[in-house]
Amino acid sequence: MDRRDFLSLGGAALAAFLAACDSEGPRAAKGALEFASRTNQDVEEALFRHLTMDHVKRGGRLAGDALPRYYVSPSVPVWDPSIRGAWKLEVGGAVANPLTLDMKDLRGLPSVTHRVNHYCVEGWTALTEWTGVRVSLLAKLAGARPDAKFVDFQSFDSGYHESWDLASALHPQTLICYAYGGALLTPGRGAPARLHSPVKLGYKSVKYLTRIVFLPHQNGGYWTDRGYEWFAGT
Amino acid sequence: MTDDTYPAGSTTGSPGAAAPARATGPREHDGATDAEASPRARHHWVVRLTHWVNVLALAVMVASGLRIFNAYPAFAPRGGTFCCYPLAGHPIPAWLTFGGWLAGARHWHFAAMWLLVANGLLYLGFLYLHGEWRDLAPRRGDPRDAWEMVQFYLFARREHPRQGKHNALQKLAYLSLLVLAVAAVTSGIAIWKPVQLGWLTRLLGGYVWARYWHFLAMFGLVALGLVHVFMVLSVDPYSIPAMITGRYRSDRSPEHRNARPFYNLFGGGRTEGAEVVHADAAHGARDRASPEPAGTESVAAEPEPDAPQATRDAPYEETAE
Repeated sequence: MDRRDFLSLGGAALAAFLAACDSEGPRAAKGALEFASRTNQDVEEALFRHLTMDHVKRGGRLAGDALPRYYVSPSVPVWDPSIRGAWKLEVGGAVANPLTLDMKDLRGLPSVTHRVNHYCVEGWTALTEWTGVRVSLLAKLAGARPDAKFVDFQSFDSGYHESWDLASALHPQTLICYAYGGALLTPGRGAPARLHSPVKLGYKSVKYLTRIVFLPHQNGGYWTDRGYEWFAGT
Repeated sequence: MTDDTYPAGSTTGSPGAAAPARATGPREHDGATDAEASPRARHHWVVRLTHWVNVLALAVMVASGLRIFNAYPAFAPRGGTFCCYPLAGHPIPAWLTFGGWLAGARHWHFAAMWLLVANGLLYLGFLYLHGEWRDLAPRRGDPRDAWEMVQFYLFARREHPRQGKHNALQKLAYLSLLVLAVAAVTSGIAIWKPVQLGWLTRLLGGYVWARYWHFLAMFGLVALGLVHVFMVLSVDPYSIPAMITGRYRSDRSPEHRNARPFYNLFGGGRTEGAEVVHADAAHGARDRASPEPAGTESVAAEPEPDAPQATRDAPYEETAE
């Protein structure tokens, strides 16, 4: 192959590459990307350790009000008791005794207040302080069955939900939170209660919670169905 | 002076040096007869393969990484500040990015990382098993050799310093690329798994700093890569076919052509007259006048028999296919 051959071949390859591109790159690469994505999920699950904790920097400054407010509805989702009745959190699915907790029940459970990082998929982090109940405690109270391998967290924010692998959901730093920075959640922060954990990227931490469903199968999620990675562990 | 251990004159390896104009003694490893100037094996197929795979993998990693970066083109944590990034808030121009949107770019980034790492490990394994790490390993004489190259490029020196497979500046650049690549992968893993591999993240100063090191390593790789391409095009375009076919005509080496960027691109720059004058007169005078230890001038020194120059001198013959 002389130089001219090489150049023309290279040019043809480049043209073919560009022609096969949509905005996300060459379509032919889709299979390879999906394979890599599946492999990465296996690697992420293998790396996951139940007792590996997120640590925050000593003396770090809490993000406080600088933590962005975020929801997918056109306006802040607010639970209006006059329309929907009193807010309740259902814990169901593959469990022995389904629970229905109102805010009083939830706040009556043993709680955790901790400072952890919030890792956003966009690349920023925030030092945050949350108060809430461990998902692992709710799983124990509801008696999650052995066939429960995934947990789907559902909300009243226009159908926003995300399903998690059980191990990450039962991580000690995965909380159903009702307070942020020492004050009860405001509607902008996911009131009345939201999920938060440093072991997954922010979009997996569902706000405006209504139901926690233990499942034998994965159930995708709002961003997952739109092309973001499902596992999204940190 | 310890410098004598590695007389610059011993750094041959470029068979072109056998030109008769070299009045000051034959060089070792002349290998190919320069009358024919037959192409010689220069790059093993593993090196060629990993070089071009690396071009592809790095391009995808950089462009998709910049698209990911654009989702938050800053480093400060929420509610905090960051000292060292003046362009905070300014996204990278879209035409430099790849992946279309954040999720798409992340899929590309986390797929191409395997290609980059596997390719890098293959290359490093080859370097080790084949002994070619010696072409890149820093040596005591390198700063001096590099300074000579700088002088040559700045026209403060007439003759191209003698060199092995690479000149000292090249060695520095290629070694830096390796170090930066390792830094990029390490810091990348730290921001991929800041909790599960939190010890690594904390080692790098926490998530924000690890992300910053990742960015700087990328920047260094891109900058050195651009310099590399510039030098290839302006000094040694003959190395492009060499990186494809593996074969290189040594009479076209920059050392043989006395080539600086855009100088002597097509023909040998050395004339016999200039060579002789340099070797006989200028060189001798300089040795007396210069505070540099004897032996730094390339053509003068006799290689010491015990100096470990065997490694340094090794011409590229082991890998002939």
